[in-house]
Amino acid sequence: MRKFYTLLSREVRSYFHSPIAYVVLIFFLIVSGIDFYFQVSFMNQRQVQYTVQEAFFNSVFFWFAFVLIFPLITMRLFAEEFKLGTIEPLTTAPVRDWQVVLSKFFGALVFYLILWIPTILYFWIFLRITNQPAAHSGGAYWGSYLMLLLLGMFYLSIGCFTSVLTKNQIIAAIISFCAITLLFFLGLVQFILLDVTSTTRDLLGYFSAIEHMGTFSRGIIDTRPIVLYVSMTIVMLTLTYQAFQSRKWRL
Amino acid sequence: MIKVENLTKRYAGQPAIRDLNFEVSHGEIMGFLGPNGAGKTTTMRILAGFMPPTSGRATVAGFDVFEQSLQARAHLGYMPENVPLYSDMRVTEYLNYRAALKGVQHRRVAERVGDVKELCGLKEVENKLIGTLSKGYRQRVGLADALLAEPDLLILDEPTIGLDPNQIRQVRELIKNLGKQHTILLSTHILPEVEMTCSRVIIIHKGRIEACDTPDNLLGKIRQAGGVVLEAKVGNDNGAEELKKISGVREVVTDGEDDWKRFSLRVESGVDVREEVFRLATDRHWVVRELTQRRATLEDVFVELTHPDLV
Repeated sequence: MRKFYTLLSREVRSYFHSPIAYVVLIFFLIVSGIDFYFQVSFMNQRQVQYTVQEAFFNSVFFWFAFVLIFPLITMRLFAEEFKLGTIEPLTTAPVRDWQVVLSKFFGALVFYLILWIPTILYFWIFLRITNQPAAHSGGAYWGSYLMLLLLGMFYLSIGCFTSVLTKNQIIAAIISFCAITLLFFLGLVQFILLDVTSTTRDLLGYFSAIEHMGTFSRGIIDTRPIVLYVSMTIVMLTLTYQAFQSRKWRL
Repeated sequence: MIKVENLTKRYAGQPAIRDLNFEVSHGEIMGFLGPNGAGKTTTMRILAGFMPPTSGRATVAGFDVFEQSLQARAHLGYMPENVPLYSDMRVTEYLNYRAALKGVQHRRVAERVGDVKELCGLKEVENKLIGTLSKGYRQRVGLADALLAEPDLLILDEPTIGLDPNQIRQVRELIKNLGKQHTILLSTHILPEVEMTCSRVIIIHKGRIEACDTPDNLLGKIRQAGGVVLEAKVGNDNGAEELKKISGVREVVTDGEDDWKRFSLRVESGVDVREEVFRLATDRHWVVRELTQRRATLEDVFVELTHPDLV
């Protein structure tokens, strides 16, 4: 456990040693800040049926920033170690492969969660200034952030997997970006293809991140997406582990 | 400490090493010698548990490097070729991280890191970013890393490459001292280094072991056991012809344009012809300004085994 913690702390620190972390942090703060500002000023002008918090987590801005950050966070995880050769001292130290894989995944997850901390502040500021809560209930906050965690886990595990496949960070980023975008748009197919049968549309609806976020940000905790994202994360991490081990045979 | 049996590794069908068999016992400093691409790094990577062999078996401290990789890795300190390091970490930070990774007890980390920094001369750069260090210092960080967990066995892939002559001397001294407590397997193609530090040498060529013996025995074995150099004014004599008549002399090479000629004599092993040469010179009234015996070096062994055409 100490070895895992050592690896994890290096992963998290290495984010803050590289400029990528700050670029992602600033980009994300700007986009989410604009998002919040737009939603509030939009609602100032007319009557709407939803809360500030719901609007924030379901806007185009939000999703745009959302799908973009995962490749940036995960591309360097394994690819950089392969490129620099640091994988050699790492894997010849007495550590297990799963410790390496999990430390990289959780390192990325910790950084991803740090990204979201400032957004909590938005809702607090809103409350202080307007004296009105930004959501109907506390459950809506929990739901939104739980969904962020679930989606984050799944998309980061995809990023881990693509990074372990190559020693080129750009290739890793492009593949994970394509995979995440495709998965994301899978949920939109039901709005585009009106002529497909309702079963197909329902089926695709189960994969819709937008729909899941819509549900959770209203404070409704549906267990189906939880099972989906947790199990898919496990699948992707297992694949990552297998691919990481296969390096020995490909050499 | 190390036992290697029929070790073979193929890359895409091409054998990199073929049927290696050797043993390194406790307390030995084993030199691993060979031209580029001979399979030195491949063998060391297999022993360090970085990749599995295609066939054959290798054990480190009694643990199979593939089946019981974790235990085997816990017993060795490995310094890879070119020493890949995280350039975004500081020297002390990196060594602390590596110590924890290698399972050095928490309360001993500071002590061990301090010790290896002292031993490898890293005190003056301890707070520098590894990315800003010179090649020599990076090399020392790699060595310090290998020593951290006080392993029984050190595997050092080209430990002195990229160092200046003073540093090479320091590292050589360091390795010699380490050899008192540790078993060491080191690869190099700097031959004097092997002669000075190693108790045994393996010469590997095209993936096969060509020789495995002590440096002295290897020198004794080779055909070209050494020679004699004579520098003299021979006047009108054909010096080379006269010298060839001495029994034991196989070949004479003549250099030098002016009056002073330099004769390099190749002699049969175990024969000392200097006395005969002296007699010849005095008989013929040659003026001699140098008469030396040249001992065969490991370089001769190396060239003879790996590139016979050049001999």
